Amino acid sequence: MRATAADQVDPATNKYLVAAIAWAIPGAGHLLLRRRQKGVTFLIALTLMFATGLWLEGRIFPLGFDLSQPLVGLAAIADLGIGIPYFIAKFMGHGAGRVVAITYEYGNAFAIVAGLLNMLVVLDAWDVAEGRK
Amino acid sequence: MTSHLGLMALFSVFVSVVFASLMRDEPHDQLWFGAKLFAGFIAAGVLIGWLLYPLPL
Repeated sequence: MRATAADQVDPATNKYLVAAIAWAIPGAGHLLLRRRQKGVTFLIALTLMFATGLWLEGRIFPLGFDLSQPLVGLAAIADLGIGIPYFIAKFMGHGAGRVVAITYEYGNAFAIVAGLLNMLVVLDAWDVAEGRK
Repeated sequence: MTSHLGLMALFSVFVSVVFASLMRDEPHDQLWFGAKLFAGFIAAGVLIGWLLYPLPL
């Protein structure tokens, strides 16, 4: 009988390390757990989705919680979910956002949802590392 | 490409691909589930668009 992907997970794999790597680089957690097809899919799809958000002139919301603008803080947390691409985009000066651009809100939606989806991917990698999947 | 429908379709592609990969393990199942999700997103978007059409916005 062919071994399933779940059988191939090394039980000594540190689930905290997997979660941290999965957050930092989309799909890297699954690659570490030898789920290559899923890892590559997440890496391409989520990175491309975040990049599309920037291309559509969406904004990368700044960290720092301002009580007068709670939605901005929540959007920043969602953006941060994508991991290192968030910091690379900031470093390269992207994600300033152009409010008058017709695609501004679309860009925000793409970037925010890419971050939120990566959070789900981190939880999935955690489950795989724990042997639940 | 930057039309509302085009961007909705692109958004649906990304979300469908990620959810299909998360929720199914076999490539054939992923493809089928992703296709159904994508069709559902597009159908729901068009349906809601028509439902909102008569509203004075």
